[in-house]
Amino acid sequence: MIPLSWYLLVAAALFCIGLYGVFARRNAVAILMAIELMLNAVNINLVAFWRYVTPEESTGMAWAVFVLTVAAAEAAVGLALVISVYRNRDSVVADDLDLMKN
Amino acid sequence: MTEQTLTTLTWLIPAGPLLAFFLIVLFTNRSRTLSWVLAWAGVFMALVLAWTVAINTIATDVHHLEEHPTVVHDAIEWLPVGDYFEGTWVEIGIAVDPLTSIMLIMVTFTITMIFIYSVGYHNWGAPLGKILGVPNHLQEEPLLSRFFAFMSLFAGGMLLLVIAGDLLLLFIGWEIMGFCSYSLIGFWYARDYHLKPDDIPHIPPRKAGIKAFLTTRIADVVMLLGIVFFYSVFGTLNFADALSAESLAHAAMTVGAVALGVMSLLLFAGTVGKSAQWPLHVWLPDAMEGPTPVSAVIHAAAMVSAGVYLIIRIFPLIAVGMGPQGSPMVGVIIAGIGAFTALMAATIAVAQNDVKGVLAYSTISQLGFMVAAIGTGAYVAAAFHLITHGFFKALLFLASGSVIHGMEHGAHEVHDHHTDPQDMRFMGGLRKKMPATFWTFLIGGLALSGFPFITAGFWSKDEIFADAWHQWSREGDILALTVFVMLAVAAFLTAFYTMRQISLTFLGKPRSPLAEHAHESNGFMTIPLVLLSVFAIAVGWSGIPETFPILGPLVNNNFFHHFAGSTIYETLFELSELNLVDSAIITLPFDVAPLGTSLLVALGGLFIGWWIYGRKPLKEGQIDPLVRPLGPLYTFLNNKWYWDELYQFLFIRPTVYLSERVVYEIIDKGIIDGTLHLIGRSVYRLGYYVKRFEERVISGGVDWLKDQFLAIAKEFRYLQTGRVQEYALISTLIATALIAVILLINYGWLARLF
Repeated sequence: MIPLSWYLLVAAALFCIGLYGVFARRNAVAILMAIELMLNAVNINLVAFWRYVTPEESTGMAWAVFVLTVAAAEAAVGLALVISVYRNRDSVVADDLDLMKN
Repeated sequence: MTEQTLTTLTWLIPAGPLLAFFLIVLFTNRSRTLSWVLAWAGVFMALVLAWTVAINTIATDVHHLEEHPTVVHDAIEWLPVGDYFEGTWVEIGIAVDPLTSIMLIMVTFTITMIFIYSVGYHNWGAPLGKILGVPNHLQEEPLLSRFFAFMSLFAGGMLLLVIAGDLLLLFIGWEIMGFCSYSLIGFWYARDYHLKPDDIPHIPPRKAGIKAFLTTRIADVVMLLGIVFFYSVFGTLNFADALSAESLAHAAMTVGAVALGVMSLLLFAGTVGKSAQWPLHVWLPDAMEGPTPVSAVIHAAAMVSAGVYLIIRIFPLIAVGMGPQGSPMVGVIIAGIGAFTALMAATIAVAQNDVKGVLAYSTISQLGFMVAAIGTGAYVAAAFHLITHGFFKALLFLASGSVIHGMEHGAHEVHDHHTDPQDMRFMGGLRKKMPATFWTFLIGGLALSGFPFITAGFWSKDEIFADAWHQWSREGDILALTVFVMLAVAAFLTAFYTMRQISLTFLGKPRSPLAEHAHESNGFMTIPLVLLSVFAIAVGWSGIPETFPILGPLVNNNFFHHFAGSTIYETLFELSELNLVDSAIITLPFDVAPLGTSLLVALGGLFIGWWIYGRKPLKEGQIDPLVRPLGPLYTFLNNKWYWDELYQFLFIRPTVYLSERVVYEIIDKGIIDGTLHLIGRSVYRLGYYVKRFEERVISGGVDWLKDQFLAIAKEFRYLQTGRVQEYALISTLIATALIAVILLINYGWLARLF
C-alpha cells in the first residue's frame, strides 16, 4: 500500500505550484486557476488523512465535498469579477489593476 | 314651577350675556349688526329668565319667605382645600332670595334698556366712522362689535354677582365688572384733549380707565382680606350658612362681635371703592369719559349698585358688628362715610357745568345716601333707594346722552368742533328741540330730587329719613341725627342742582349755535327713555309705608318693605333675642318730622333752583349766577374740592418721586445695573482668557497632532503599491513566518535555541 506521506507530498507539491501560480501569473484568470489548484491540494490532504487515519468516519470526505462546493462558488464569483473588470478596463492583467496604489 | 327648574333657570341668567360676549369676540366681530343683535338676544334672554325667577319669588307668600327667605339655592364644588381626600371644598353657588329678586328685576331691565339705547347712540345704520378709538359724531361707531362684546361681558358679570350665593362668586362677578369698566371707560382710547390754561383739568378716556381700575383695586385688596377673614371665621363663604343667626351667634362667641365689625369694615372697603364713596370716589367723575351708555350701566344699573348690594347682602354681619356687643364705631364709620360723601358730592354737583359731570356727582351723592342708611341700620330703605336710584339714574344718564347726541348733531350742522357739546353753559332751550328727551329727563330729575308723592325717589329717600329720624327720636342716637341733618342738606342740594341742570339744559333760549341746531334723537334712544321713566315713577309706589295717611293703605300696604325685609327678618329677629343686634325689622310709625323735612328739602331745593336759574334763564355768555355770591367757594366746588390735586400731591407725586429718584436712579441703575455690569465685565474678562487658552492649547495641540499624523502617513503611503499579488505574497510570507514561530514554540525549539 502506498504510504500516506506520498499523498501528502503530492498535495504539498500541488499547493506550492498553486501558490507559485498565484504570485507569478499576470493573468487574473490564471490566478483563479492557481487558487483552484491550491484548493484541490487541500482536498487531497483531506481525503488522504480520512482514508489513513479515521476510515470509519466520513468526516474527511464530507469536508472535501464542502471545499469543492465552495471552490465552485468562488470560481463563479471570481470569473464574474474578472469579466466585469475586463469590461471596464479592457485588461485582465493583475498588475494593471492598481487603483489603490499609494 | 319646581325647584329644580328654578335652579336651572337661575344658573342660566348670566349665561346669555356671557355667551353673547364669546360669540361676538370669536365669530361675529366683523359684522357690527350681527354683534348687536347677539348682544340683544343675550340680555333679552337674561331679562326673561330673571323676571321669571323674580316673579316666582314675589308670588311666594311673604310669611313663608320670612321663614325661608332663600327660594333657590345651589352650589357646585369648585376648589379643593386642605386635605383633598377629606373632601373639603370651596363651593361656588347661587341663591335667590327677595333681595336678589328685586335686584334682578332692576338690573336686567335697565341693562336691556341701555343695550337698546346703545344701538341708536352709536348711530347704527349711519355711514361708517373712519377713525378708530374716538367718537365719530353722527357716524356709525367702527368698534361697535367690541362695545357690545364688553357690554355683554359686563352684564354677565353683574348678573353673576346678583345671583351669587356666596362671596366667591360675588367676587368673580365683581372683578369681571372691574375689568369691563376699565375697558369701557377707555373705549375711546385715542381721544385726547387740548386744554386751555383756565380749563378745569380733565383726563382722556384711556387714563380715566386706568384711574378707575387702580382706584377700585385698592379697595378690592382690602375686600379680599375681608373675604379671607370671613372664610377663616365661618369656614364657608356661603351667605345663607355664614350669616344665619346661629352661625353669627357662634362667631360672636368665639371671635367676638367686635371682630365681626372689623370684618364687615374690611368688606365695606370694597363698597367704598366700587360704589365710589369718599375717599375713593375720585374715579367715578372721570369715568364719564366713556360713552354715555357705559356711564349709565356703570353708574346706575350695575357696578356702583354692586358695592351697595354687597353691604346690603352682608347686613346681618354689619348689624352684629355695630350691635350692643360690637363696636358703635362700625356704624359711625359706615354712616359717616356715607353721609359725608352724600353731602360733599352734592355740593360739588352744584358747581359743575358738564351735563354728565353733574350726574356723576349726583350718583356719588345718592350712593352716599344708601351707605349712610346701612350705617344707621336702615336695611330696607337702602335696598329701596338702590332700586329706585337704579331706574331713575339710568334714565337720567341715557337722557343726558340723548342731549349730548342732539348737541353733537348741532355741532355737525354748524361745523363747530371747538365748543364742548357736553357743557351746559352752551345749551338752553332744548325743551322745544328735544321734547321726548326733555319730558323723560324731567321725570328722572324729579325722581332724583324726590318730588313728593309721585316719583320713586321721594318714597325711597323718605324711608331713609324716616329710619334715621326714628333711630334718633326713639333711641337718642346722636349719629342718626347727624346723618339725618347731613342727608337733609344733601337732599336739598340735590333738588337744587337738578333744577339747575334742567333749567340750564332745557329752558330759556339756546345759548350757542349747537343748541340752536340740535334735534331729537332716534327711536332706539327715545323708546328706552320712555320705558325707564315709567319705572322711575311707578317703582316708588311699591314702597309707600302703610302708616302713611291715605296713600299707604290705598296702594299696596308697603309691599316692598315686607318683601325685601323678609330676606333677613327671621335672622335679625333671632339675633335681637340673643341681644346681638339692636332691633329687628319693624314697621315704622308715621311721623310728621321726616316727611316734613323730605317735602321741605325737595320742594325748597326745586323752587330755589327754579328761582335762580329757571325764572330768568341765562343769556348767551352770561356767567353762572352763583359765581358772584359764592366767590372762592364756587371755584372750590367747581374744582371738586381739589381732591384730585390733593391725591396728586399726597400719593401720586411721592410715588412718582420715589420710583424715579430712589427706585430707578439708586436701586435699579445703581445697585441692580451695577451688579449686572460687574458680572458682565468679569465674565467678559474670563471669556477672553478662556479664548486664549482655547487658541493656544486646545486648538494648537490638535493642529500639531494632525501635522504629525500627516507626516507619518506621507511616508507610509509608499507601502501601498496597488499590486494585489504583492500583498498576497507579503501576507503569505508573514503568515508562514508566524506559523513557523508558533511551531518553534510548540516544539520547544525556541527554548532550545537559547
